[in-house]
Amino acid sequence: MASVTSATPAPGTTSRNRLAGKGWPIGFGIAVLLVFSLFEWILPNMSGALPDFFERWLPLTVVNQCLIWAIMAIGLNIVVGYAGLLDLGYVAFWAIGGYTAGWFMSGFFTQVKVNVFGHPAVGQASGFHINFWFVLVIAAAHCALWGVLIGAPTLRLKSDYLALVTLGFGEIIPEFFKNADDLDLPWAHHFDLSHGTRGITPIDAIPTGVFHYLSSGVLQIPAELGPFDDALKFLVYSLVAAFAIFVSLRIREGRLGRAWLAIREDELAASMMGVPLMRTKLAAYAVGAAIGGIGGVCYTSAVGGVAAEDFAFSSSIILLAMVVLGGMGNVWGVLTGALVLQWINGNGLKELGNTITSVTGHDINFPSYNFLIFGAILILMMLFRREGLLPETRTRQVLREPERGELESVGADLEGEPV
Amino acid sequence: MSVTTDQRLSLAAVNITITFGGLTAVSDVTFTIPERGIVSLIGPNGAGKTTFFNVLTGLYRPTSGRVVLGDREVTGMPPHKIASLGLARTFQNIRLFNLMTAEENVLVAMHSHMRSGIFRTVLRTSFQRREERECREHARELLDFVGIGPVADEYARNLSYGDQRRLEVARALALRPRVLLLDEPTAGMNPQESARFVDFVHRVRDERGVSILLIEHDMSVVMRVSERVTVLDRGEKIAEGLPDDIKADERVVEAYLGKTGTHGYGEDA
Repeated sequence: MASVTSATPAPGTTSRNRLAGKGWPIGFGIAVLLVFSLFEWILPNMSGALPDFFERWLPLTVVNQCLIWAIMAIGLNIVVGYAGLLDLGYVAFWAIGGYTAGWFMSGFFTQVKVNVFGHPAVGQASGFHINFWFVLVIAAAHCALWGVLIGAPTLRLKSDYLALVTLGFGEIIPEFFKNADDLDLPWAHHFDLSHGTRGITPIDAIPTGVFHYLSSGVLQIPAELGPFDDALKFLVYSLVAAFAIFVSLRIREGRLGRAWLAIREDELAASMMGVPLMRTKLAAYAVGAAIGGIGGVCYTSAVGGVAAEDFAFSSSIILLAMVVLGGMGNVWGVLTGALVLQWINGNGLKELGNTITSVTGHDINFPSYNFLIFGAILILMMLFRREGLLPETRTRQVLREPERGELESVGADLEGEPV
Repeated sequence: MSVTTDQRLSLAAVNITITFGGLTAVSDVTFTIPERGIVSLIGPNGAGKTTFFNVLTGLYRPTSGRVVLGDREVTGMPPHKIASLGLARTFQNIRLFNLMTAEENVLVAMHSHMRSGIFRTVLRTSFQRREERECREHARELLDFVGIGPVADEYARNLSYGDQRRLEVARALALRPRVLLLDEPTAGMNPQESARFVDFVHRVRDERGVSILLIEHDMSVVMRVSERVTVLDRGEKIAEGLPDDIKADERVVEAYLGKTGTHGYGEDA
């Protein structure tokens, strides 16, 4: 009881501002540089068990995949964690971002021949070849637009109903792309927008622009990042992730972030305090969608193609699990949750299975138990650490400390009892 | 600030009727609040007080009738719009943003007066920084005004009951309201606290220049604080006048003591 009644000075501000303040880019940058130098300089020049260990347990391609999932989880966190709107179809924005990259960074549209600082692959002169960095902006804007278009009719719904409709959109949009290879448009018959199930491939490489000319000596930067430049791609995805974190934190601290929190807490009271519900929720949808689109572009460029099969319902659920397990509302928690879960998903389970197989002699195909293990982790987390790995200070409050009014209504004779 | 020059009214609700299905909750009630006035709305449970309140704040659209706030007709506007035009309220059951600090609670209510959007916030322009700083100063000032400045950084849920009530008033005042609606503000207060509350209401009116509408069950508070009292019973206005006249009004006594029989079911719950 004492810890509740004796007002601890500024409980939220201390830890919240430490991570939301100016310091984090430095820490983040150092962490990125450490990982980069490990994979770029240290491991290739080492012999013995360590490079082998990393090759098996933590290859750079998996690290990159983790980062890309983290970008999208951070985007979803704005919708789910900040504004409290349950979205079961977030994969839709991933798909739209992915196809935006497919359209503007490949030889897909043979009708045109546009090159804006792009790097078309050999023999792919036609089509849109727009620079990766510009496509990020285009995809963000494109997804934000769709966020608003999808949100405008659906955000009038609340809680369960909203979740169901978002689930519908999450199914519709990938399905649309799957069947969009033969559209009958008013101006074009048999118009191919997506190559159907075959998908769009190959995707242009990420150009490095001026950095190519600046590089020398210890770090050679090619003009574009090919399939073996994983370490440099790691820097690119880290930069994009840092951008997503930056945007999340900045908005959170301002007028809009407060309005989101208020809506999450009490929608009716928020509207009575002059917060326009629709506009504010739409803003959350748009920003979340934009970041999801950016993540989609990164994903498409990382795997070198985009196909409708990639955007399954399970991806929406995994992203949601990353947000919930990491700690809804806290960017750092979500980042951690995404990195950990995607590592388990991508590599950890497989290697664990291999290790157990080689030790015990039993052949266990762990990746096929993927969702079983996922489910078990979720249940254990909800039992023992509902607030997630790195929760937001506010949420921890609610789950760990009883409400003061609640305790006082219980009465004096129960003081000091564990609740 | 525009002022209705002829009547000096800060709020006028004219011939308000609202029906739910076949049930008439409020029937043809006309009600005005003079500029810088303190008026009360009383009535037995189920009289339609809260329904009427909800019409004013835009939660319900009246079946017929008009609501005019200052010199603007606000009938049928969404609640957030009416709030930003200067109608603030507190809640019968406290509805603070529990996981936000006291200061943040107040800042939320300044939303409609702030201009910084997504891009200004992300780029943290000098405009945004200045706006943020000024609003924080204003929020601190409001918290000091209601007497909870020292707990500005505390989460709302950790505040004592009395402080939560005060925070609700501070939050409502942050809307820079023309009219402040207090829905049973002394519920759960002891007699001393209620007495202090009467002074507080006067101070809010005098120093902030707002008109105040009170829904209240505690008659001693109503009689001491109000300049005019309106009585609702079963959705109809049965009396209006000075507190002393209301006390003596036969129909009011009848409504409260239930001489004519039973009353409707409370929608106040």
